[in-house]
Amino acid sequence: MSQTTTNTSSHAMSLRDLVQKPWIWAYLAAAAAFGATMIISGGQGAGSLFYAALTFAAFSAIVGVGQMFVITLGPGNVDLSIPASMTLAATLALKFMDSNPSLIVPGLLVAIGVGIGCGLFNFALILLLRIPPIIATLSSSFLFQSLAIWSNRGIRVKPPEPLADFTTGGVFFLPNVALVAIFIAIVAWVVLERAIVGRWVLSIGQNLRAAQLSGVPVNLVRFGVYVTSAVLAGITGFLLANFSGGANLNMGTEYMLMSIAVVVIGGSSIAGGNSNVPGIWGAALFMFLIVSMLNSYGLGAGVRLILTGLIIVTVVAFASKKGYAA
Amino acid sequence: MKTDTNISGAHGAPVVALEKASMSFGPVHALVSADLVVRRGECIGLVGHNGAGKSTLVNVVNGRLTPTGGAVSYSELAAKASARNNAHAHASGVRSVFQELSLCPNLTVLENLRIPYRSMPRNGWRKTAKKMVMAALDQVFPNHGISANAVVGDLTIAERQMVEIAIAFSARDARANLVILDEPTSSLDAAIAQQLLEHIRTFCTNGGAVVFISHMLGEIFDVATRIVVMKDGQITEDRPTDGFTREGLVDAMGHVASHEEAGPNAHAKRNLGDVVVQLPNGLNARKGEIVGLAGLAGHGQAEALANYYLSETSAWRSTKTPKAAFVAGDRARDGVMPLWSILRNMSLLTLPEFSKRGLVDRGSEQKLADDWKAKIKIKANSLTDPLLSLSGGNQQKVLFAKALASSAPVVVMDDPMRGVDVGTKKEVYKMIRSEAQNGRTFLWYSTETDEVLECDRVFVFRDGEISAELVGEDITEENMLRASFEMQEAAE
Repeated sequence: MSQTTTNTSSHAMSLRDLVQKPWIWAYLAAAAAFGATMIISGGQGAGSLFYAALTFAAFSAIVGVGQMFVITLGPGNVDLSIPASMTLAATLALKFMDSNPSLIVPGLLVAIGVGIGCGLFNFALILLLRIPPIIATLSSSFLFQSLAIWSNRGIRVKPPEPLADFTTGGVFFLPNVALVAIFIAIVAWVVLERAIVGRWVLSIGQNLRAAQLSGVPVNLVRFGVYVTSAVLAGITGFLLANFSGGANLNMGTEYMLMSIAVVVIGGSSIAGGNSNVPGIWGAALFMFLIVSMLNSYGLGAGVRLILTGLIIVTVVAFASKKGYAA
Repeated sequence: MKTDTNISGAHGAPVVALEKASMSFGPVHALVSADLVVRRGECIGLVGHNGAGKSTLVNVVNGRLTPTGGAVSYSELAAKASARNNAHAHASGVRSVFQELSLCPNLTVLENLRIPYRSMPRNGWRKTAKKMVMAALDQVFPNHGISANAVVGDLTIAERQMVEIAIAFSARDARANLVILDEPTSSLDAAIAQQLLEHIRTFCTNGGAVVFISHMLGEIFDVATRIVVMKDGQITEDRPTDGFTREGLVDAMGHVASHEEAGPNAHAKRNLGDVVVQLPNGLNARKGEIVGLAGLAGHGQAEALANYYLSETSAWRSTKTPKAAFVAGDRARDGVMPLWSILRNMSLLTLPEFSKRGLVDRGSEQKLADDWKAKIKIKANSLTDPLLSLSGGNQQKVLFAKALASSAPVVVMDDPMRGVDVGTKKEVYKMIRSEAQNGRTFLWYSTETDEVLECDRVFVFRDGEISAELVGEDITEENMLRASFEMQEAAE
């Protein structure tokens, strides 16, 4: 039956494959935004813009990876408690370390522990009380936020000196936080593409009942995904607080939409079951670069938001179209 | 019968005519130069193995596909392969019922009638629709017991099928002149299927036409006036039913008719092991036994199997030695990962068995898929093609391979042969026998009698409970029917 298909050269095939990848559009858009900024600046400050983009994209990328696993679980699955988990983890960890350099590792463990706690709580609501994930994570985020307010009481604790240096520093051309985020993305890629657990997550997103009838431990996988998302939020909160000189109560706010936007712009299916990791980094870079581009063109805040929205819609339209064609 | 008496046009007048119609999807020639005239008053039995082009032919007839070559004409309206075939088909009263059910599960029965009837008067449409749908149901399936206000999602699969058939036959703005039934009886039990065949006969006598696709040859011979055989996208035979014998028909379809009769006589004495399955309702199975679950469709067999499977597996743990494997009958709901390739669909259950530190062993995965592709003869160009690109029968084979490839000692099958062709069935029966010989236990729910006859022991279900246990020589169609109906009469 396949006599009519002709053999194309392997080079042409790989180019076509690349164009069919849903995540390629996020990178193209990021590159375009970068280029447009460079045009207005006459090529000046390319290095520092790139460095800043990597730094800020790193935070979005880490929470984006967590959110991606949640969204992959299928319609209705989304973690809205990410900002609150970030804030709570950062507040408690910084308070625990109390600027003491010898408590850095235990401090990180506190942040991770808070993340695990938040994830457990979310999934308990979803599984035991059968609350839809959107509502469950939204309501638990009020709880986490209140805990953060209660424990913080308006005191801003400075991060330990070495940790602040680490999060704001870099090796060669790469910020340290970006290295951490790239490492996390690689681990996530291996899990999603090569590990059995990744297959399980993807299968649940396509057809929960069929997955269960195929021996997939569905509750274990969903549990793991919600805990992972909260732990990554905790780590992001920890890094961000140390980066910005202390935790504050609205530090997570923008990451609610950011975490979802990078998943969608990155070419993962909002309907679940079909996700990719590379797109998250591309989208995170794009989300930073688009704002700096519009800034460099001197546009007001209102116009900037409108254009950001329009550009995101365009990219998503392209990415999703290519995604289904593949 | 008021709707049938006023069908205009004489017997023998063509409803639709295909002239050298061809249909290609890229390099795949699904239909090659097909000539077919469907006339009033005839019932055409359309047969062929999976992927022979039946569905394509049907979709050209009902106007859903515009042929890439040749012409289709409806009644007097001649239409050269134009984009308006769909409208012509609609106006000529061509209706279709497909193998994959296409009702809206969130709407009620009467609302589902409203959807195809676009020009229904707005005022009090619920009342009209209710009257219409009940009339249609009463006419095709007397004593159906379905309420017009029932939500379709709550109905059993058999009831859904009945509603869909009734809606297709119902008189709306245009009368039904040609009804295409693609495997309409696959989820109906024998008695209800009989009602349908009866109705088809009446409908044709009154000047309607029917294209009837079924893998149950008995039904074809029962109801068809003419049989059309398809093979590899071509119509190879088109003759009155009298000109065929069953053997001849199977030969014509291209599958080698299996002469080693696998009826109840094939119950070779085997040494069965210990009881490995014991259900609270009394159903049990021994190692190496093929246990059938029979009875009318929707009497708790599927639920019993799903509950057994879920009780044997955990939603919290995964194991390298699964206790049971499941073969889904309702593919879209219970079996298929719609975004995935054949390969990934096939390996999902067995992944933990050949894992290395939690990673997928892609070499073993590929080997497993290649082995089973050859073993169970899946017709696919590449294993990386999407599963949904395969025909229904081949999709089902993939689901079979998925379960049989695992090391699970018990295989649970929930009416897995819906819409699978005769040749494939024979192959699968043989495979099940040999697997059972090797000590695997099968729990097999089936709505088809000849499949139940393959079993070593049969439990007949009635109202969610076991009404009879048949062994060996006692496994006969009569005994099963008696056990299915006996209590029903007693209860009423």
